[in-house]
Amino acid sequence: MKCQKCAKPATFHITDIIEKGKHHEYHFCDEHARQHLAPSDESVDAPPISELAKKLVVSPPGSLREPSPADKQVCPVCQITFLEFRNSGRLGCPYDYEVFRDELMPLLESIHGETRHSGKVPKRAPRNTQQQTTLIQLRNELKRAVAAEDYEAAAKLRDKIKGIELDQD
Amino acid sequence: MTLDDLTRTSGEWLRGAGPESDIVMCSRIRLARNLADFPFTNRASRNEKAEIEGHFKSALENAGIEAGYFDVNGMSNLDRQFLLERQLISNEMSTGEGPRGVAVTPKENIAIMVNEEDHLRIQYMLSGFRLPQVWDEITALDDQLEDDIAYAYSSSLGYLTACPTNVGTGIRVGVMVHLPGLVANKEIDKVFRALQKINLAVRGFYGEGSQAFGDFYQISNQQTLGKSEEELIKILTDVVPQVLQYERKARQDLITGRRQHLHDQVSRAYGVLKTAQTISSEETMFLLSSVRMGINLGLIDDLSIAVVNELFIQTQPAHLQKLRGSELGVEERNVARASYLRSRLTNGRPVEDG
Repeated sequence: MKCQKCAKPATFHITDIIEKGKHHEYHFCDEHARQHLAPSDESVDAPPISELAKKLVVSPPGSLREPSPADKQVCPVCQITFLEFRNSGRLGCPYDYEVFRDELMPLLESIHGETRHSGKVPKRAPRNTQQQTTLIQLRNELKRAVAAEDYEAAAKLRDKIKGIELDQD
Repeated sequence: MTLDDLTRTSGEWLRGAGPESDIVMCSRIRLARNLADFPFTNRASRNEKAEIEGHFKSALENAGIEAGYFDVNGMSNLDRQFLLERQLISNEMSTGEGPRGVAVTPKENIAIMVNEEDHLRIQYMLSGFRLPQVWDEITALDDQLEDDIAYAYSSSLGYLTACPTNVGTGIRVGVMVHLPGLVANKEIDKVFRALQKINLAVRGFYGEGSQAFGDFYQISNQQTLGKSEEELIKILTDVVPQVLQYERKARQDLITGRRQHLHDQVSRAYGVLKTAQTISSEETMFLLSSVRMGINLGLIDDLSIAVVNELFIQTQPAHLQKLRGSELGVEERNVARASYLRSRLTNGRPVEDG
């Protein structure tokens, strides 16, 4: 079988699930499979800096921040390091509040004077951590699989993501 | 609803209606919310941002909220500036990148930014000093959106936000106040220091880092974690009346001490605005501020607060250019501004639509 987009042999056979019971099949060569699976654009630029947060992060009251071992910690879900957070003042995903918990708690204490939420609770039960992070993690794995040209893994990941998204809706 | 529709109207929050509206231009609450299943905006790919935008649009539609959605990503710089001048988007949204936009209701009470620092920044504004009412409205709106959106939330830390300064309630409760009296008697810094001591922030008209503008200031909470929305609102509803009292006292001192001088200053300001042939934005703000206080003190009786409030916005650079329908340089804008002011302040003052 030939690639749908060029004359090379189709080495990847991809099924896109559009909604329950509806799907599209594609047959591509390496290159076009990569194009098809790749997110159209990556925006990994440094985020604009919230000056306030930056100030607070860089210099919590009473201490000048030295580089610390915590800086190298990486969030397994969004891949941000604590150092990146310190530099930008922005976290990368909701899970960071757990990964960097030990570092963040003193910071929250100094910003807000308190460390425990009081107030509105969403009416739908919050998802547990597992549920909140699965999709973010899978999308990241997909990006990495595409970058590593592992299209078989990428196709599987895509199906898994679509499946979870459909279940949630 | 299109941007051109917006140019022909003005937001409800400029009406000069509601309690204490001589000093409190509007009450505003914003909520920071994120979708549970996505990285925060700064780590999201274009595809993910587009998905977030899609989820939000369908949630908005299912909630039955009548709102126009403006795609900020595909918009000209002039249009972005226009939305910024109207307080419908932030500077960060204007200069950001990737799929992003803002949903706006026809009276502009509601503006929901998508893919700003957080996935959603929900804003509700009402003219006058009405924070509890604004809270009732915005929390109901938040509930409606939640029918279709799972928010990032933890039972110990509350609503999870990209910046730890907003985590917890994700709320910013604020009022926009006009304080020309405290500026004139130079007490304003003292008032601000007192507010900062109790953890309230004071910003200029256009938010973080913007300079005071026509003697307008925003006073808002900074703490978002550990106090409930109602508690944070109560801090403002307790403290703002004291600021209003200081401002009223300052105005009263001005008028009793130097009535003639004040009347002269206000009348000259009004005169210049009515007759100038070219005028800068700064001078316009300065003079409008004088005129606004003059109306409140009964020194000008043929002009409404609502018109003055509108002129603060409509004499901004992007607004003048949208009204003219063409791009204008600084000199041309100054001429266009003067001409617009003359037409609004002399012949055929526009009829207000209650």
